[in-house]
Amino acid sequence: MSVAATLDEIRNEAPPSRSDTGPAPKRIVVAYGFWIFILSDIVMFSALFAAYAVLVRATAGGPVGAELFSQVTLAIQTACLLASSYTCGLMSLAINSRRRTETYVLAAITFVLGTAFLALEIREFAGMITRGATPQRSAFLSAFFTLVGAHGLHVAAGLLWLALLMAHVAIKGFAANVERRLRCFALYWHALDIIWVWLFTVVYLMGVRQ
Amino acid sequence: MNLLGKLSWSEIPLHEPIIMGASAMMILGILSVLGWIVLKGYWPYLWREWLTSVDHKRIGVMYIVLALLMLLRGFADAIMMRAQQAVAVGDAQGYLPPHHYDQIFSAHGTIMIFFVAMPLVIGLMNFAVPLQLGVRDVAFPTLNSVSLWLTASGILLTNISLVVGEFAKTGWVAYPPLSELEFSPGVGVDYYLWALQISGIGTLLTGINFVTTILKVRAPGMSYMRMPVFCWTAFASNLLIVAAFPVLTATFAMLLLDRYLGFHFFSVGAGGNPMMYVNLFWIWGHPEVYILVLPAFGVFSEVTATFSGKPLFGYRSMVAATMAICVLSYTVWLHHFFTMGASANVNAFFGVMSMIIAVPTGVKIFNWLFTMYGGRVRFTVPILWTIGFMVTFVLGGLTGVLLAVPPVDFQVHNSQFLVAHFHHVIIPGVVFGAFAGYTYWFPKAFGFTLDERWGRGSFWCWFIGFHLAFMPLYVVGLMGMTRRMQHYDVLSWQPWLLVAGFGALVILAGIACQMMQLVVSIRAREQLRDATGDPWNGRTLEWSTPSPPPAWNYGVLPRVTERDAFWSMKQRARVTRDQPAQAREYRPIEMPKNSPTGFITAFFAVVTGFALIWHIWWMAALGVVGAFVTLLVFAFRDEEEIEIPPDEIAQFYRRDRVEAAV
Repeated sequence: MSVAATLDEIRNEAPPSRSDTGPAPKRIVVAYGFWIFILSDIVMFSALFAAYAVLVRATAGGPVGAELFSQVTLAIQTACLLASSYTCGLMSLAINSRRRTETYVLAAITFVLGTAFLALEIREFAGMITRGATPQRSAFLSAFFTLVGAHGLHVAAGLLWLALLMAHVAIKGFAANVERRLRCFALYWHALDIIWVWLFTVVYLMGVRQ
Repeated sequence: MNLLGKLSWSEIPLHEPIIMGASAMMILGILSVLGWIVLKGYWPYLWREWLTSVDHKRIGVMYIVLALLMLLRGFADAIMMRAQQAVAVGDAQGYLPPHHYDQIFSAHGTIMIFFVAMPLVIGLMNFAVPLQLGVRDVAFPTLNSVSLWLTASGILLTNISLVVGEFAKTGWVAYPPLSELEFSPGVGVDYYLWALQISGIGTLLTGINFVTTILKVRAPGMSYMRMPVFCWTAFASNLLIVAAFPVLTATFAMLLLDRYLGFHFFSVGAGGNPMMYVNLFWIWGHPEVYILVLPAFGVFSEVTATFSGKPLFGYRSMVAATMAICVLSYTVWLHHFFTMGASANVNAFFGVMSMIIAVPTGVKIFNWLFTMYGGRVRFTVPILWTIGFMVTFVLGGLTGVLLAVPPVDFQVHNSQFLVAHFHHVIIPGVVFGAFAGYTYWFPKAFGFTLDERWGRGSFWCWFIGFHLAFMPLYVVGLMGMTRRMQHYDVLSWQPWLLVAGFGALVILAGIACQMMQLVVSIRAREQLRDATGDPWNGRTLEWSTPSPPPAWNYGVLPRVTERDAFWSMKQRARVTRDQPAQAREYRPIEMPKNSPTGFITAFFAVVTGFALIWHIWWMAALGVVGAFVTLLVFAFRDEEEIEIPPDEIAQFYRRDRVEAAV
């Protein structure tokens, strides 16, 4: 037994720090990587928010936000999205306790609420376009449609993903990789809420105040 | 409704002999390589072991191969520009018409930044970071392969633009309103945008992958303060990728909306704001400079410590400087356009910040110098690149501090002085760093070292050629020559531009030396073979495994007890030399399965990109669906991993006793 090896043993008596345990388990690595992805997505939104903030007054003689936004629709939209986040949270609990039927039901409710949100958003966009407030009308409207539309696209992608995940659960049950993805989906869905809160504040609340 | 969108036979520039000649050479080259592969029957091997590989080492090697090929393309552009400027004075118009010259400087910048410098540093990080961390792969191996092939897609699209249609004529930054549809109605800007959007997604995924790897996947005992400096710089660089590339994606998306759907983000009418593009572009662009240069700084740190036979001087200050640069890089973007017309206070702020960011870089230079001081420096090729870098980069950095003074910047803005400055930091910083890393890690990747004589020749040609090519540009810049000139009337500039052209030829000789070095080394690989796995007497973990390393990197994950982990293991092994090496017990190793997902997704990405560029909507839809289905098949796969049995591992190490000896 060498001196160095003995020294090693003494050092090892101290409680092991986190980096002593080696690579993290896959469950943690996947969720962590997904967090980083969400951060990058938020950075992308921050660029769109910045563009919106720069262009919000550049209406080129066209309509301003206060003339276009309906607070009633907006309240229903927000309620739908926040409620869908709640049911998504309940779904995570159902997954944790391996209750398959409950998972399906809660996923279905989440899906319906998300679809309702999207339908209202499409109706809002369509209404604006028929009134001549198209994204080509002014820089303000370009930025508005892009920012809100990017969030809407994210919601649509999330709905598609949720449907695929449920197919996955139906085929494979709660396999380890399916569970990891469901966890990532929950992160994604909640992150869309956070972005919506910002949209709600910056675009709509500050918009109608003008 | 035209089935082929804007595409027609007239889009192939048959009447341009230079373009057609270059295209013919490129196509001939590709066909002959493909033919050789098929005839020799290498295709199955290539597909199985490389194209579908998710092994970080092979992905790293492929990135570097791509980068070196594109270096030839980018350099061909450079030498054409030098030749044009050497002759096109007064009545002479040179041999390149303006619309062609404009494409060349745009392609040169785009290719050199996105498709040479980026793949070089990402390739080195791919190869070295997991090995240095003492682990078996990155956090998401298949995603890593997707990243590689998406980068390759961007490269392919850029090269297709040479044959079909045209490339952007807007400079590599594609500022609006020039890059708007109104002023650039051709497909050039669309090639630029889609190539960079697609490869940008690949780069972002790399960033996510490596941040996760470095923070969550390390060998037991590899605490942050024990990580090799290259891992730290790679970490900073990937953090910057995650925080900067989405901004570029969003900015390009806005420009695409302007061009395709008539939005008004950056247009001159309807309230659009072209300067917003410039701001957003450089909010990505300045961190990008550090994305490129920080990993190179990491290479220099490893090389300096290894070849001085000393631990790196001031490890902690090196880490602090790296992270300081990482943060500060977001506070200087406006120095790229002081002439925008922001208030004096805004310009002063960004000027001061630009000077402050030079401080941590200075700290690094002193750390390298003090590492060498008192050491026994072995003058191998990697250390030559490092010393060449230090001498050159300090001067280039100083001209940067000059440009950070707004009144000075107003004088030399957009002049050849600026061109000289950024080549003066990027070439020694990134290119020399990448070449140092290439020479340093080559024996680890292939099991034999590179020929020293040709390597030294290459270094001296690059070093001397660089100074001949770019010092004259400072002079003509101060004489008032702006950048991107296809033709000029001032006769007194010409001698300087002739010298610059000659310098480019000397660099060409350097590149030729590198090609020769590769050929000579492969021929003499038996003499250059390194059986120890540790040809340089290295300090970090990658040198503790055989060269080339097995797919699983380490039969047993190393236990790290201090910084310079392998060095300390070697010291300890010297103490316990009398003890017989104990037989190791191997456990089965789970390795990710190879997957064609990356390659096939990238194929569909090229189809989509090409279709969108030419407005072939049905084909774009087909491409998107194809990529989606590919990813779906991957998501629903049954087996994720293969298990390597302990017998196979033990057998490998019986043949190769390197690891067992330590």
